[in-house]
Amino acid sequence: MMPQTERSAADGPQETFVLNLGPQHPATHGVLRVKLTMDGEYITRAEPVPGYIHRMHEKMGENRTWAQFLPNTSRIDYLSAMTYTHAYVAAVERAARIEVPLRAEYIRVITSELNRLSSHLVWFGAFLLDLGGFTPLLYAFDDREKILDLLEGLTGSRLTYCYYRIGGVCNDVDEAFVQGTRDFVAQMRPRFGMYRDLVTDNVILRKRLEGIGPISAELCRRYGATGPVIRGAGVPYDVRKVEPYSVYGQFDFEIPVFPEGDCMARYRVRMEEMAQSLRIIEQAIDRLPAGPVMAPSVPRVLKPPPGDCCFAVEAARGRFAVRIVSDGKEIPYRVKLRTPSFSNLSLFEEASRGMLLPDALALMGSLDLVIPDIDR
Amino acid sequence: MNTALHLAEPYRLLLFLVGTLAFVGFNAAYLVWLERKGAGRFQRRAGPTEVGYAGLLQPVADAIKLLSKQLIVPPGTDATLFRLAPMLVMAPALMCFVAMPFSDALAARPLNLGLVMVFAFGSIHVLAIMLGGWASRNKFAIISAARVVSQNVAYEIPMLLVVITLLMITGTTDLNEIVRQQGGGFWHWNILRLTANPLMPVTFVVFYICMLAETNRAPFDMAEAESELVAGAFTEYGGMGFGLFFMGEYANIVIGCSLATVLFFGGWQSPIGVWPGLFWFLLKLYLLIFSVIWVRWTFPRTQFYGLLNLSWKILIPLSLFVLVLSSVLLKFL
Repeated sequence: MMPQTERSAADGPQETFVLNLGPQHPATHGVLRVKLTMDGEYITRAEPVPGYIHRMHEKMGENRTWAQFLPNTSRIDYLSAMTYTHAYVAAVERAARIEVPLRAEYIRVITSELNRLSSHLVWFGAFLLDLGGFTPLLYAFDDREKILDLLEGLTGSRLTYCYYRIGGVCNDVDEAFVQGTRDFVAQMRPRFGMYRDLVTDNVILRKRLEGIGPISAELCRRYGATGPVIRGAGVPYDVRKVEPYSVYGQFDFEIPVFPEGDCMARYRVRMEEMAQSLRIIEQAIDRLPAGPVMAPSVPRVLKPPPGDCCFAVEAARGRFAVRIVSDGKEIPYRVKLRTPSFSNLSLFEEASRGMLLPDALALMGSLDLVIPDIDR
Repeated sequence: MNTALHLAEPYRLLLFLVGTLAFVGFNAAYLVWLERKGAGRFQRRAGPTEVGYAGLLQPVADAIKLLSKQLIVPPGTDATLFRLAPMLVMAPALMCFVAMPFSDALAARPLNLGLVMVFAFGSIHVLAIMLGGWASRNKFAIISAARVVSQNVAYEIPMLLVVITLLMITGTTDLNEIVRQQGGGFWHWNILRLTANPLMPVTFVVFYICMLAETNRAPFDMAEAESELVAGAFTEYGGMGFGLFFMGEYANIVIGCSLATVLFFGGWQSPIGVWPGLFWFLLKLYLLIFSVIWVRWTFPRTQFYGLLNLSWKILIPLSLFVLVLSSVLLKFL
């Protein structure tokens, strides 16, 4: 199915034109600009131009205290805010050698997985919207709404959570949350069957995704792509398994891997991942230990000892790593954020070469880009 | 023939002119409402509810909004063609209703070449969209214009092959005569005339798919693929210029579905022999339109080459086969 675009010079001069996809375009889901050099509807070159909503998060980290930077982390990838806060607090905890109570770790896993589900549901809806299917979006948002309600009851916010604190979480889960989460898991399970029947098995969708936008494991490695992108290329790389953090080592779950490397593989990875998240949530809720949710001895003014510390988590879009450098003061010396979307976008230029515009947009949708996550 | 209306010819024509304009305008406005309500129901939400009872005045509010907007002709465009395109999309659509038999006696001008006329005017719509896309001097619009042309060329062929099959069976291009032949119960409808051609239901499916593609409806809405081409050929249009394209789309759906009703579902013929013809015609028409809306909110968009492959590799051979089959049957039975 891949169109032929490599032409020899003997074909004469090629007429190409430049098409600006974005910064305002329905398919970029944010202010991303992609400068496309087009030959008809074929893309000869796609040059992503990020930076339209660069907010200097890293620089902001260098002029506020360790705790004050916390709200920033949830605004980088606003769709999986929990995991981003997790990486930052865990990095600071590692640097300051703070021991987090077990109950807090369990709550972190539950909320992070709920957040991963809600993030994947947004992707599911938006991806189908990119492919011209409107209706799944509303169903996905209906499911997501239940997660947002649960998390709102617990954390007070619906999107940019600042729930994790250095040393634990800011308040304990109540019975309503535990019961609500159990109900949600029970409600959500049959929905995947519905999505499979109505969306995944649809012949038009399969035609649009199977064999489209192949990304090899080698390409992923070269650009540092992680998350569902690399797992859709057959590499079982998931930070939760390869370097288990928090209490992920205690749960029984699988890392869905599909070797095809096309858009369908990435689609299936995410759909499977949602089911796996439900498994983790179920186990964590069942085994939720009693105890405090905050470490007893977190100093009011945090001054981690001088040193260099890194912590990586599996965010919804891939590996998110925070590297902090402390010089023993109350303000970080350096906060380096390694965001997955930036790496995932980087391979777009190479992967989209020679593709038709709608296929390239399907490819872009399957990368699940969040623009603030690229620009930081 | 027109015994129901004992009026002098000029008055009768004037009445039909006003009637057709009102019918098309009303349909274009309220099909948008139906589409939004339908989409709402398919997506488990309410759709428009604010303006009027159940949002029934929403089309009026929309029309006022569109009419009050400034008509912007962007610099660099071909202003004449840019203004001409929306008119060209609407006028031929109105012409198609001239020969459409709404009931036994209710047709503006029963023509014995009615079917040919409907197709002749129905094809102009493509040119109008192409013109709009070309005159806009917008890259998205030009891509869309190119798509529309190749899409419509590809789908005109199987559609006409199907219609030729039908013509061989009916032996007339008079739409009213085609309907009259299907009288006497629903088993006489063309879609169920399996003695003439056992593949008649397949023929209808081919016709239906082609109709969706010809009217640029989802899943074949290549012209206005908003997640790819922003708004395709209509990107630069605002206000009533856009409104006319929008109305043209719905007018074309009404024509396509009317034609399907006439050709396959017995037009104004009652399936059980009761109630007036107009009622049955409109009922069949709106059921078909509802199915068009249903399809739009259920399926994702096809890929462009997938669309062309479907036409050239499946629909055209299939409709050719049907054509040959029914000519053989006509010859030897």
